[in-house]
Amino acid sequence: MKVKQTKYMKLSGLEPLVLNENSNFINVGERTNVAGSRKFLRLIKEEKFDEALDIARHQVDGGAQIIDINMDDGLIDGKESMVRFLNLIAAEPDICRVPIMIDSSKWEIIEAGLQVVQGKCVVNSISLKEGEEKFIWEAKQIKRYGAAVIVMAFDEVGQADNYERRIEIAQRSYDVLVNKVGFLSEDIIFDLNIFPVATGMEEHRKNAIDFIEATRWVRQNLENVSVSGGVSNVSFSFRGNNAVREAMHSVFLYYAIQAGMNMGIVNPTMLEVYDDIPKDLLEHVEDVILDRRDDATERLLEFAETVKGSKAEKTVDLSWRENPLQDRITHALVKGLDAFIIEDIEQARQESEKPIDVIEGHLMIGMNVVGDLFGEGKMFLPQVVKSARVMKKAVAYLNPFIEAEKTEDSEPVGKILMATVKGDVHDIGKNIVSVVLACNNYEIVDLGVMVPPEKIIETAIKERVDAIGLSGLITPSLDEMVYLAKEMQRENFDIPLLIGGATTSKAHTAVKIDTQYKNAVVHVNDASRAVTVVGDLLNKQTAHEYVAKLKQDYDEFRTKFLKRGKEKSYITINEARARKYNIDWETSEIVKPKAMGVQMFKQLSLKELLPFIDWSPFFRSWDLHGKYPNILKDDVVGEQATVLFNEAQDMIQDIIAKQLLKPKAVFGLFEANTINDDDISVKKKGEEIAVFRTLRQQLKKREGIPNHALADFIAPESSGKTDYIGAFCVAIFGAQELAESYKAKDDDYSAIMAQAIADRFAEAFAEYLHKEVRTKHWGYVENEDLTNDDLIKESYKGIRPAPGYPACPDHLEKETIWELLEVEKIIGVTLTESLAMWPAAAVSGYYFANPEAKYFGLGKITDDQVKDYAERKGIALEKARKWLHPNLAD
Amino acid sequence: MSDIRKALKERILVLDGAMGTMLQAYKFTEEDFRGERFKDYPTPLQGNNDLLSITQPEAIKTIHAKYFEAGADIIETNTFSGTTIAMADYQMEDLVYELNYESAKIAKEVAVEFTKKEPNKPRFVAGSIGPTNRTASMSPDVNDPGYRAVTFNELRIAYKQQVEALMDGGADILLVETVFDTLNAKAALFAIEEVKDERNLDIPVMLSGTITDASGRTLSGQTAEAFLISVSHVPLLSIGFNCALGANLLQPHLEAIANKTEFAISAHPNAGLPNAFGEYDESPEEMGEQIEAYLKKNLINIIGGCCGTSPEHIRVIANIAAKYKPREAVTLSAVEKSL
Repeated sequence: MKVKQTKYMKLSGLEPLVLNENSNFINVGERTNVAGSRKFLRLIKEEKFDEALDIARHQVDGGAQIIDINMDDGLIDGKESMVRFLNLIAAEPDICRVPIMIDSSKWEIIEAGLQVVQGKCVVNSISLKEGEEKFIWEAKQIKRYGAAVIVMAFDEVGQADNYERRIEIAQRSYDVLVNKVGFLSEDIIFDLNIFPVATGMEEHRKNAIDFIEATRWVRQNLENVSVSGGVSNVSFSFRGNNAVREAMHSVFLYYAIQAGMNMGIVNPTMLEVYDDIPKDLLEHVEDVILDRRDDATERLLEFAETVKGSKAEKTVDLSWRENPLQDRITHALVKGLDAFIIEDIEQARQESEKPIDVIEGHLMIGMNVVGDLFGEGKMFLPQVVKSARVMKKAVAYLNPFIEAEKTEDSEPVGKILMATVKGDVHDIGKNIVSVVLACNNYEIVDLGVMVPPEKIIETAIKERVDAIGLSGLITPSLDEMVYLAKEMQRENFDIPLLIGGATTSKAHTAVKIDTQYKNAVVHVNDASRAVTVVGDLLNKQTAHEYVAKLKQDYDEFRTKFLKRGKEKSYITINEARARKYNIDWETSEIVKPKAMGVQMFKQLSLKELLPFIDWSPFFRSWDLHGKYPNILKDDVVGEQATVLFNEAQDMIQDIIAKQLLKPKAVFGLFEANTINDDDISVKKKGEEIAVFRTLRQQLKKREGIPNHALADFIAPESSGKTDYIGAFCVAIFGAQELAESYKAKDDDYSAIMAQAIADRFAEAFAEYLHKEVRTKHWGYVENEDLTNDDLIKESYKGIRPAPGYPACPDHLEKETIWELLEVEKIIGVTLTESLAMWPAAAVSGYYFANPEAKYFGLGKITDDQVKDYAERKGIALEKARKWLHPNLAD
Repeated sequence: MSDIRKALKERILVLDGAMGTMLQAYKFTEEDFRGERFKDYPTPLQGNNDLLSITQPEAIKTIHAKYFEAGADIIETNTFSGTTIAMADYQMEDLVYELNYESAKIAKEVAVEFTKKEPNKPRFVAGSIGPTNRTASMSPDVNDPGYRAVTFNELRIAYKQQVEALMDGGADILLVETVFDTLNAKAALFAIEEVKDERNLDIPVMLSGTITDASGRTLSGQTAEAFLISVSHVPLLSIGFNCALGANLLQPHLEAIANKTEFAISAHPNAGLPNAFGEYDESPEEMGEQIEAYLKKNLINIIGGCCGTSPEHIRVIANIAAKYKPREAVTLSAVEKSL
């Protein structure tokens, strides 16, 4: 079919919506219409605007490309509600990114709406109903406000209800708008009235086919216009039979779109896929829509009886509710279902002598099953944490009864102090271990993050804890742990010390911590081991023997490790410099960044980061090992990984919808040259504004293998070339608050999930920003076409090493980045005394663009480089030793 | 008036540079701002640059002349804050008509003088219409996102008054600039259309938005293309971007709209990004180099400077602009093909 079209309608919210020959059908969301949605009407009447906004958001998330807003109801102030709601929508970027359709039969409401929306809207609607004069005046105003318009097929005589009337009114409206008002033809949309068919009335038989044919005529004769309509009307006479209605909508659209209908209000849940309609049903429906038989209506009515409710209802299996009480409680704990737990616990309480018996009896029986399944590898960490959520909820319910009874203290198995050490803010791992231990009836004293050693010691004494667990993710935390072990020795403690966290290792624990403390020091690298280790440590009968064995094991490990360390040999820093990685600066391509200086990112939707997420580390944080997406199909953990993944997706949807997390970023691109081999002088217009100090590998290597330093990737001053370097910091704000809000509801599972998701977003943001910088702001690669897999495999050109990580383990460099980019001032990310970033979900680093730049690990360095570094940086040797300590060769 | 449309086809037109930066050099005191007429005015007046058109007209004229000498085709009137809304800070709402009228008149006098001297290079006056200090589609109160400090109608009435005074004073063009909230701009366009209708005459309108940061969006959150679509209902002389960013950072946003509109494209960027002291220190040559990059790409019809630019910058820019052909008017079919 040939339509007359030289120009296409363009609309806008925060983002453009452009119709073109490829955009076959624009779906208008209509749940924000008081006339069409009882729920929306109630929310507006009760002024529950937050929930009303959720409806709008839900539609946009569901794929609505325009949202129709209507406040025409006798019991509400339509004008005021329209303005208030549109103003609130303007503050929700996830909603107002799409264009708004202002829907009212009252001009004053339409105009009030047009005055508060910045984008190009659609007015729904005007018509010739009250004559040409009013029509012209309203159209002029709409044009001046810069909106498109829906014109109803309605005139002084009435609503068009057949083919001829539809085209008569459309032609006349078009002529008036284009010739008398000067309205842009591409901004005109005709609503040609969709009326019900199969009503039993003879005059309704052609309602659908007349609409379709009128649509065809309009698109062929009235240049550039669009045709729209409310589809659900057509099936009005089959209310209550969704199977037939869905088929009718689908058939109607199939033909109407072919005829040129390019926009409409369609409820996507009330639509069958055309090809999936059973042949017999299809035939009957098409007979009605296309008016192919005199008895089409009767035949469809008859046939409809046979398809009524054929669609299967999805039901939740509640058969387990029939089981005895203990089975129900165990089931709820194992499956992590909290819907009925209070009900069941109340019954258990009434049946028990004392409320505490419920915990020690019913709940412990259930948790023992969980513990056994976990031990046998039949349950996985995320499930156990969910069990803990149910347990917590049950205990929280029982506590007031227990308090009221004032029974003697129940004796937990043991009391464990948990803390993330001073200067460190990472606590996902610590929280997981806490929850798992709590599940096993240990009482947990959680001191949170950045806990000073004095507080740990003081609390341990006051609370008379049975063990201390320390956690940390960044390297300076290792020294904090050593310090705490010394303090425990000094205070003559005799309880075990547990060490965990991403940078900790058995080697470090054995060599540096174990030697400081006479009692047991155990490195626990995963949560599932924590329970057995703590159980053995606190078992009064066997503890003595177990600790002795541990000490011996660590001693042997230490001896082996130190021996192995000795075999490596190092070269001096000067020798290493002579073996630097050489780039031929004469031929190497240096691209000047398109945008120099410091820039920030204030407005970015988390949605844009989704494609950049690397999921594998997310599963690792839950002790599920394997690579995404294969892990979802893994024989052992696949099922659980899938559940976890789906729940993460749900939470992400919620986070995005409610904007619970906020990404912020700052980056800068500068002139730079390497000076004195290992330093990078950062310049602005030739003047030095900062110096990055890089560290060089000193391990003795085979001939021809260079000793790398990051400085090798920047042109030296002596080359006479101006080179460039970048620096960045990205962070996700709000994770802490979100986690706290879950914890307050005894939902540690969601709290840990929120933090793990925030971490993924931070990494994804770093990836996203790097791509933006490579392709736009620096622009050294113009046409990059990398998949997310490529990004995870780091197959892009240039690198973004982060201080604290293998290529540049020196955390002090963060201070330089913070000063250079004014990170704290611009986006509010701060550094703790151990130079951890706060909020914890953050990534900072440098950008190197040279094609030869690559990631490497510094490895160990020797004291001569530390001395040289201290001198270059102008800091005390002691300070330098302290910070580079983890990388010092013994 | 048809002159400017003709000139626009023939060459890249040059807009002037910063007024504020030039005025700073005069180091005007509170007394200078007040002059004889406002010496007993109840509010402090220092910083009310628009007022200088009345109290220090010679300085304003001199700056206009310097920009024309440097090669500008169009100068902007000293009326960036000339609305009752922006003037409320100085309690000078009643003076708005006079401020705009006098500013346009001064600028026109200088323009006429230069056109006489060099008839083959006609000079134009663009009435500068700023964004005001309030936003119609954002709430200043974080706790009440539905609140608005100004309404469309308040803006429309204020803009209408400014537009009438600028036209009465002799402005050849109206320049709605530094648009950080599209709804404010739509109110200004609405007012302009009303005045055109009432007076039954046409006047070319330039519109210039502001992209505030690296995300590539306006302060009110629109992408460059969404912004273009939202204001294209009025037959503009030109559309483009100014302020907030230096010339190089503006380029991707100009590219984003250049092949999607039939209007001419304008740019008047800042002299780089401000340094730690809030000063703009990009030299004319540095800025010129970046601007040349987009003239080479044939993106531009009207080029000038915003914050931190001086007659020296404009001289360099004008010399570069003379070497290049203006962006050719995108024809309709070309626009549609790019979709």
